Amino acid sequence: MSSATKTKSSRRLAFKLTRKRIIAVALLVLGAFIFFESGSLDSELVTTLTFESRSRGEAPSVPDIPVPTSAYLLVIGLLFVVSGALNLIEFEVQRHRRISLALMALCGALFIPTVIIAAAAGNDTNLTTIIAESLRLATPLAIGAFAGIWCERAGVVNIAIEGMMLFAACFGFTTLFFLRGTALPLETAQLLAVIIGLLAGGLIALLHGWLSITFRTDQIVSGTVINILAVGVTSFVRREYLLSTEAGAAKLGNFAIPILSDLPVVGEAIFTNQPIFFMMFVMLAFTHIVMFYTRWGLRTRAVGEHPHAADTLGINVNRTRWINVFISGMIAGLAGAWFSLEATGSFNDGMTRGAGFIALAAMIFGKWTPIGAFGAALLFGFSDSLGIRLQMVGVGFPVQFLQMVPYAVTLVVLAGFIGRASPPKAVGQPYVKE
Amino acid sequence: MSEAPPVLEVRGITKRFPGVLANDSINLTLRRSQVLGLLGENGAGKSTLMNMIYGLYKPDEGEILVNGAPVQIDGPKDAIELGIGMVHQHFQLVDVLTVTENVMLGNETVSGPFLRRDKARREIQALSREYGLDVDPDALISDLPVGVQQRVEIIKALYRHADILILDEPTAVLTPQETRGLFKIMRALLDRGVSIIFISHKLKEILEICDDVVVLRRGKVAGGADPKQSTEQSLASLMVGRDVILEVDKAEARRGDEILNVVNLNVHDDRGLPAVERLSFGLQRGEILGIAGVQGNGQTELVEALAGMRAIEGGRFFIKGEEMTNASPRKVTERGVGHVPEDRQRDGLVASFTVMHNLVLCAYYQGAFSKAIVVDERAIADNARQLVEQYDVRPPIINNIAGGLSGGNQQKVIVAREFSRDVDLLIASQPTRGLDVGSIEFIHRQILRMRDAGAGILLVSSELDEVLSLADRVAVMFEGQIIDILSIEEADRDTVGLRMAGVRDDSQAVLEP
Repeated sequence: MSSATKTKSSRRLAFKLTRKRIIAVALLVLGAFIFFESGSLDSELVTTLTFESRSRGEAPSVPDIPVPTSAYLLVIGLLFVVSGALNLIEFEVQRHRRISLALMALCGALFIPTVIIAAAAGNDTNLTTIIAESLRLATPLAIGAFAGIWCERAGVVNIAIEGMMLFAACFGFTTLFFLRGTALPLETAQLLAVIIGLLAGGLIALLHGWLSITFRTDQIVSGTVINILAVGVTSFVRREYLLSTEAGAAKLGNFAIPILSDLPVVGEAIFTNQPIFFMMFVMLAFTHIVMFYTRWGLRTRAVGEHPHAADTLGINVNRTRWINVFISGMIAGLAGAWFSLEATGSFNDGMTRGAGFIALAAMIFGKWTPIGAFGAALLFGFSDSLGIRLQMVGVGFPVQFLQMVPYAVTLVVLAGFIGRASPPKAVGQPYVKE
Repeated sequence: MSEAPPVLEVRGITKRFPGVLANDSINLTLRRSQVLGLLGENGAGKSTLMNMIYGLYKPDEGEILVNGAPVQIDGPKDAIELGIGMVHQHFQLVDVLTVTENVMLGNETVSGPFLRRDKARREIQALSREYGLDVDPDALISDLPVGVQQRVEIIKALYRHADILILDEPTAVLTPQETRGLFKIMRALLDRGVSIIFISHKLKEILEICDDVVVLRRGKVAGGADPKQSTEQSLASLMVGRDVILEVDKAEARRGDEILNVVNLNVHDDRGLPAVERLSFGLQRGEILGIAGVQGNGQTELVEALAGMRAIEGGRFFIKGEEMTNASPRKVTERGVGHVPEDRQRDGLVASFTVMHNLVLCAYYQGAFSKAIVVDERAIADNARQLVEQYDVRPPIINNIAGGLSGGNQQKVIVAREFSRDVDLLIASQPTRGLDVGSIEFIHRQILRMRDAGAGILLVSSELDEVLSLADRVAVMFEGQIIDILSIEEADRDTVGLRMAGVRDDSQAVLEP
């Protein structure tokens, strides 16, 4: 009589507020905005999409694409308006409905190129750089999201990814810092630093497991405790041991994938890169395969969905959870190591800047699947890289606004096209044997 | 028959929970290729006993013998190794996984770390064929009806080579047709040497399928019985410990004004497809209109629409002459309607609230229980104390969490709440599903008391016996429509059964196979 009633009474509205209609209205508004904005632009403006960085006058190996900015935006604005309007109408004929849905999907796909073209209005913009930057900035988000998947698929909420990352960033860097003066070659020291980072994440995860599995503390509370602890401990370590000498260390070196790195354009931009960047793809494949193709993955998912059922089949629920939480912590540690060892070669207070929470958002948007989470992390990475790019180009728009748009669109698109995400059913519930 | 060797023996098993003696030196013997019926009221200790055999609980005293040898069962893993399989009352299936994944879980076919779904699938198909368990190995559990989910549970046990199968109230969730299908499967299992413990409180089923019966009452063995020499009456008395009146004794209906009038009602199901189509009927005070039909023919949607819980797409309905089409549940309730919902845990109770608060869910805001914006806990407690005694809710502790009560007692809480109000129209959907004979008898008497007090009663039940014994008129629903309304004199099992299958008049019956 309680929850069912609420959802059902909303159906009585004459005009039903479906997800599709919300998107349609959003498209209409956005389309109208783009349409009118395009009129205010100089019709002579041309945005040139390039694919490689080169000095002036050098012949491109991949041809550039010139796009007349105002005409392009005019067309896109119209397309958005038409697609929005079509999707507001309930078509009786199946084929019409399919066409209008396809248009909506097209608008979604065109959104990012449109933002790029509009933002660069009149300038050259290098697509390859944008893609490579997006991937690079997505690294900690994607790896963090995989960490979340390992944990939550087993039924343990992990909002402590942020804290685990911070611990790993700090202790990984501290390790490197102290090994600098020794006779160890740089690569070995860096490898050790990354490993210490992983272990730091794993150890903190064990604390999370101890609190939330053994003592059945609320998992959100346990995660919050760890996040707060991380801020305190790492800034203490920095002040006591790192600050005195004002530390900086060599970043993890570039690594070229044989054969692939010889490809034109992408070879240099993507396949010659730093190790944790490549680990992102390894972790993507690893997480996907383990979760969906192995015995461990099947058991993990069962434990996260219906632990009692797993128990009646002789699976040790809490042992499964412990192991997954530990693995999750190590993966989060890898993401943390990215900040101090791969991206900057230094450690700063709170340097993860909420990436752990964005990683969680990516995990949820990706519906707790590695591939989905990776896609979501890419979108967030793109928005980061776009923000940086726009600041460099110096467009007239308020940068903060453009930086914000991809996030807003991510919300609309994912809520609209992908639908309600349902978490593993037993997530957050400690398992108590009767 | 009884010379068959014992495969499972329980000797002197005792289990104590804090404050309760759940099992008190229980003895029973299961013989090869036989069905042992385990009969008992809700809370008699049947499930506890089975959970000990399956290793989920540890007995405090006593021993368990499998094939004559004493065994130590420390967990489900041990039970599985001993060839014991259990189909739990609440299915232990993971909704988001496929049939194959559920079956192999915990006992996976692998090569290296990788799952071999193809191999497991072939094994499942072989089992399906052998035992007539029709199941699609690639279907998601959440897409399957309960009857099929139960088959998946049986396959799970067979896949682990179980030769002792415990079925904990397997028929509680099944339609009569599905029950017949289950019995066929059980017979196939017996032919292949599987022995079965069958838990139920449906006496007819026990008499039909079992070779031997053990009756539990309050944690003790109340006695054994030979089904061939027992009657429903004798089993019921053994189970409850007193004589039970199985036949409902009722007076002629004294009909009054029309209380409910339904005109051309159209209602959709959860997927947005028509579930009730142009349905019309009337109900008078002082009569019981029973709605019979195979489940899934629109009964659920009809009841939800009348209770204000589901949008009405077309048509209208009137209660005491006032139109209530698409009124809110509260408005319907305040119009003098009591509703015993089909799914008591989802729609009938707030499981995490106490008994006391559940008893005022539809009245807490009224003058008797609240002053201004503050609820009057003392009045609520007084009300609860009185109802708990009057409706025999066990244990009679008003501060207990409702979700912790047994199914029968949860139902009594709902019945107490809905029947104790001043109700003119009572909509009762599956009011006795999953209850034992004692509780059924009690609820039936309450329904008749309401009728004789002048309320109109709409009784929806998939138990044909229940409809036939209580109703004054029987409406049969088929594919969203009332196919026929019969007076109780015309409504015999055969006629109603034909209507339930969609046969409109008797001449057609000859043409049907």
